[in-house]
Order: sequence, then structure tokens, then C-alpha cells
Amino acid sequence: MNRSARRRLTAAVVTAVAVTAGATACSSGGSSSAKGADSKTYTIWDPYPQFDKTSDWAKLLDGCGTEAGVKIERTAFDTSDLTNKALLAAQQGNSADVLIVDNPVVSTLAEAGVLTTTDDNKLDTSKVNPNLLAAGQSGGKTYGTPIGANTLALYYNKAVLKKAGVDVASVKDWKSLTAALAKVKEAGKKGITFSAIGTEEGSFQFLPWFWGSGAKLTALDSDQAVSALSLWKNWLGKGYAPNSVINNTQTTSWQEFASGDYAFAENGTWQLANAEKAGFQYGVIPVPAASGGDAAAPTGGEFVTVPVQKDSGRYATTQKLVSCLTNSQNLLETDTTLSYVAPTTEVQQKQVAANPKLKPWVAAVQAAKGRTSDDLGTKYPKISEQMWKAVQSALSGSASPKDALGSAQSAVK
Amino acid sequence: MTHTTQSPERRLVPDRNGAATAAPPLARTRPRRRPRPRSQLGVPPGEAWGRAAWAFLAPVTLYLALFYAYPLYRNLDLSLRDYTVRSFVQGDAPFTGLANYRTVFDDPTFAPALVHTVVFTVVCLFFQYALGLALAVFFNQNFRLSATLRALFLVPWLLPLIVSASTWSWMLNSDSGIVNSTLHSLGIAPVNWLTSPSWSLTSVIIANIWIGVPFNLVVLYSGLQSIPESLYEAASLDGASAWRRFWSITFPLLRPVSAITLLLGLVYTLKVFDIIWIMTKGGPADSSTTFATWSYQLGFGNLLPAFGPGAAVGNLLVAAALVFGLIYLKVQRKQALS
Repeated sequence: MNRSARRRLTAAVVTAVAVTAGATACSSGGSSSAKGADSKTYTIWDPYPQFDKTSDWAKLLDGCGTEAGVKIERTAFDTSDLTNKALLAAQQGNSADVLIVDNPVVSTLAEAGVLTTTDDNKLDTSKVNPNLLAAGQSGGKTYGTPIGANTLALYYNKAVLKKAGVDVASVKDWKSLTAALAKVKEAGKKGITFSAIGTEEGSFQFLPWFWGSGAKLTALDSDQAVSALSLWKNWLGKGYAPNSVINNTQTTSWQEFASGDYAFAENGTWQLANAEKAGFQYGVIPVPAASGGDAAAPTGGEFVTVPVQKDSGRYATTQKLVSCLTNSQNLLETDTTLSYVAPTTEVQQKQVAANPKLKPWVAAVQAAKGRTSDDLGTKYPKISEQMWKAVQSALSGSASPKDALGSAQSAVK
Repeated sequence: MTHTTQSPERRLVPDRNGAATAAPPLARTRPRRRPRPRSQLGVPPGEAWGRAAWAFLAPVTLYLALFYAYPLYRNLDLSLRDYTVRSFVQGDAPFTGLANYRTVFDDPTFAPALVHTVVFTVVCLFFQYALGLALAVFFNQNFRLSATLRALFLVPWLLPLIVSASTWSWMLNSDSGIVNSTLHSLGIAPVNWLTSPSWSLTSVIIANIWIGVPFNLVVLYSGLQSIPESLYEAASLDGASAWRRFWSITFPLLRPVSAITLLLGLVYTLKVFDIIWIMTKGGPADSSTTFATWSYQLGFGNLLPAFGPGAAVGNLLVAAALVFGLIYLKVQRKQALS
């Protein structure tokens, strides 16, 4: 092969690589340095990019820094970005001093050896509700403390239910809920909307029904699990729920509900502010379990964690910072800003006293369950992926609920 | 600049194929090597000259190494090791050879993803090219407003992909999309464009064709400009119909441009990710998963990233693009020779 041909071959290789590497390469370059050079600067990473420097949240962080006698350097990431950023930073040995992450990620980071346990960092978690703390526990160790929690419940449109002649108090279990949806449809309105998209969001939304049937995440193909998926499938088949739920995120599902045509919507605590703006009377009930009572909904919300540092002398100050962030007064302020329910009973009571509309949400959070609880830890992400795939297969009609969950269970193994 | 100091008798010596047979001057020990030119600035041949050459080469070499070679090497390395989150952080992932590739090949998603990638690429290319060519010929008539209309056709190309893909996904929404409401008013039953396994691939293909037509239009239109008008005039005098003129003049003379358009389009289409991810996330039930979305799904679409298999799928894409790069080279060389 002559030289120019070889050169052109190299050029072709480079071109081919250039066009594909963009989508696939997981380069470790360009990571922002998390560590300030001196021991008086402490770094905090959080998933709240919506808060800028002038926000109460940023001021709270600075205030806690001043109290501990150090300077705070805060970086806000998009939630979906933060896991990979935290893993890369740990790989480079420059983790942040305080890392605030989505709760199901805690066990993944703990598994990676990125986080310190409460034995090491001396955080006090005694006041936190045990069901919320469980999401940050794995193998008998606790890896952080929740800063706030949210969960799912059913919003309903009072006008639509009234027109259809449904008394919301009659909705107690799946049967009565389905009956209510049938009445709504007869009245010419739309039944219920939720999100069954093929991502973690879809699993998050399916879990209240899954757990409400009595199913366990360790057995995706149980009869109870099949009954939960059949419930959704049946709603789609009868037209009680729109076909678009298969592609709905929680935001698009909310937009459908906000159109005013839907009787029910499964959505989270964080939509409360939007519900006030929706322009119609709404109410909130917990997701009912299969045969009455409230189903456990999954907990959302973030954990404050302390990543492993080379210099273990930093933990003492970090502990002061975290205690400041999670003391009752600051929790109340932070959770009010975030539209979250506080993780301690004491602060929850204060929240309800200030805003009675939070009452059903506090009850829902108290009944909620962490996705990585039951010592599932890093098994959860795999189970969850198979679960959302099964939901998608069944709802789109490419497999029956039983077959879809059956192959999901065998894929997890 | 370097040729100015070459001695005249050296220039007479053929420095390629003829060199071996020509009698070399006594002074030359290695006749096949190109003479090392002397710089006008008086830098003598030797070490300094080599250093200067390397200094000029350094920026581009460094750039290639940092931004192309290293990521590629990392991706290859990722695909050959058993990365868990723990070993990713500790950096002690064991070398497992082709285990990740075996995992990928054995995965039930592999066969559908391969089929979808091929169908997506072939169908998109065909329609993008055919529509692009038809429009290019149409606009080549130079009627009134043709320039304005042609500019309008470029809009899909100018829009950010996230905007066009989101718009498509709203338009194709099963319940509130404009496409279904139009079908409804025509008395046709609504189609679950994005949420039915039998339609999702079609929907993303339609959106991608729409996005790809302007590129084909622009390149083919410029190709048409270079076909001499006299050929068409001669053909009309001979009584050739428009159809005949297209197949006997336009199409054959456009072949070099067509080849490049198709090959570039192929590489672009192979790696399409954004449109599919925004519109369907590769679903439902993997029905619109291609290698590009699968690779992303494995590496980033889960709370627990599977870097190894994700990188393996990515490398398969790199290999596929490389194969077509080589075909491109071959075609180009053939054209250069003919």
C-alpha cells in the first residue's frame, strides 16, 4: 500500500472514530476539580440547579459554612448527571466533601466504595423516620441522612368526579377505583393518567400498584405482580387510561391532568405548586392497595452523604456542615422550598401546622418505602430495568402481563 | 520553498519507480530517499530540521491523540474489562478479554437491535436520497420563488434536534397528536405511532427522513449545477423525453456526487441517537432500539451503569462506520482512476 493510501486510511479511521466516539466514549477527561486547594474550603455537590447563588438554599449552605468556620464551594448538577459525575470524581480522587444525591443512587455509590458510613462520619440519624432512612442503608450500614422526601399519590379533579357522580370517599381499593373510572368514561371524560415510560420514572410510578398488590421486588413474576400489571393493562384496553401513558414522563402526564379532562393523575409531592396553578379544584388521596388500605408508594428525595476523603481530618468539619444542613429549623426551610416532606416526625408536624394541605402527603411519606430498601441495594437497578421493560411490553401489547413479567424475572436472575 | 535549493541534477533522477533502474550518481548512497531540503533560513539539515518538523506536527498530533486516539483507547479498554461501579472507581477492573462482547452477542436485545439498525439506516438513506434528488431536480428548474422555497426546505436541518424530535413526538402522540386527529377527521382509525411496537420504528424513520432530506437536497442540487446545460439542449434536439434525459444524463453524471452523499448519509444515519431517544427511548419493548440507543441505555440509562457492555456496543458501531469508511475510500480511488 502506498503512502498516500495509508494516510487516507488513517484519515478514514479517524473520521469513523470521530463520528461514533461522541456518542459512546466514556472519557474521564474534563472533570471539574472538586477540591479547593486549601483546607478551609469545603465543596458541596447538589442536584438543585434550579437554585442560583442568590437562592435561600445557597445562602443556607454559606451560612452553615460560616458557622463551621470554612468557605463553601457549591456546584449544582442535573440529577441524571450527578451519579456519573460523582463516580468519575471518586475515580480521580477528588470527591466533594458533601454530596447530595437521589436516594436510590446511595446504595450504588456505597457499593462503589465512594461513601463513608455513619460510623465514620458520626452523623446523627436517630430522629429520621426509619422507612426513609432505609433507602440509604445497605448491609447493616447507613450511608447518609435524607434531606427531605416526596412520594406519589393520586390527584383528582373535583369537577370531573362530580359530573360523573363519583364520591371520592368510595375509592378504597382497585375495584372501586376501576368502577369510578368507568363512570368517568361514561360521563364523557377521561379516567386516569400516569407515566409508564421506559426509564426509572416508569418503575417509580408502577411501584405503588406493584407493592399494593402484595408483590415483592424479589419475585417479579408472582401472581400479585401479574394482577398489578393486568390492572394497568385493563385500564388501557378499556380506554380508562390513554395509550400515551407508555411514553409519558411524569411531567407530560401532569400536563394531561392539567388540561382538566382527567379525573385522576398519579403524581408526586413536587406538583403541589403546579396543582394550585391548574385552575380547578383538586384533591389528593393515597394510592389504594388491591383490597383496601393504602399502598406503599416509593420514596423520592435526596440524601446528604459524605464521600470518602484521603484526608480523614476533614470529616469533623464535614459533620458540622451536615448537622447544620439537617437541623430541624433548616430542614423546615429547605423542605418548604423544595416542596418536600421532612424526614423527621417533629418537622413534619410543623409543616402540617403551617400548611394543612400537606397532611395526605405526610401520611403517604410515612407509609412509603425506599426502592433500595429490604437490603436490595444495587440489585434494585437491575430489577427496576426489567420491571419497566415488562410494563412497556404488556401495555404496548407485545406480550401478556404474565409473559412479560415472567421473562423479566428470568432476566434478573 | 524547500525546492529552491535542490540541485538541478538531482531533479533529473526519478525519485519513484524509475529510481532503481537509473544509474545513481556516485555521491548518493540511498537513491530512493528524497533529498533532505535545506531551509532558506540557513538551518542545516539534520537534527534541528527534524525537531522543527516535529514542532510543526506537534499541535495536530497532540490534538488527534488527546481527542481521538485516547477516547478510542479508553472505549476499547472499557469494553475489554469487567467494570462494576466499584472497580470503575478503584481502577482495578480485571481484564476479561471478549467477555463483554459475548454478553452483548448473547443478549436477547442484540438481534432486534441489529435488524433495527440495518432497517433504519437503509430505509432512511433510500428515502432521503430519493426525495432529496427529486426536490433537487425540481428546484433546478429555477421557477419564481424557487430560491425561497428551497431555503424553506433547509429548516429541518437548521433546527436543533431536540426541538424537531420533541415536536415530532407531540405530533405523533396517540391521544392528542395532530396526526391522529387529522386521521380521525378523515375517518381513519388512530395509530399508536410511538407506543405500539409495530409502529415505533416507522415513526422514528419518518422523522429522521424529514431531517435528512435537506442535506441530500443541498448536495445534490449543487451537483446538478455542474452538469452542462448543452447536454440537455442536445438531448432535446434529439427528441429525448424528460424521463429519458433524467436517466441518461442527470443520473449518470450525478454519480460521483451521489456516492459521496450516500456514504456521508450512511455514517450519519448509523449513529442517529437523539431522535430515537427523545421520541421513544428505543421502546416500547425494544421495538425501536438501535445500536446507538442500546449503547447509551447500557452505559447511562440505568441507575447502575454497565460500562463494559455499553462500550462494546459502541465499538461495534465504530467498526461498522470504519467498514463504510473503507468502502468510501475504495470508491473514491476508483473514481480518481477512471
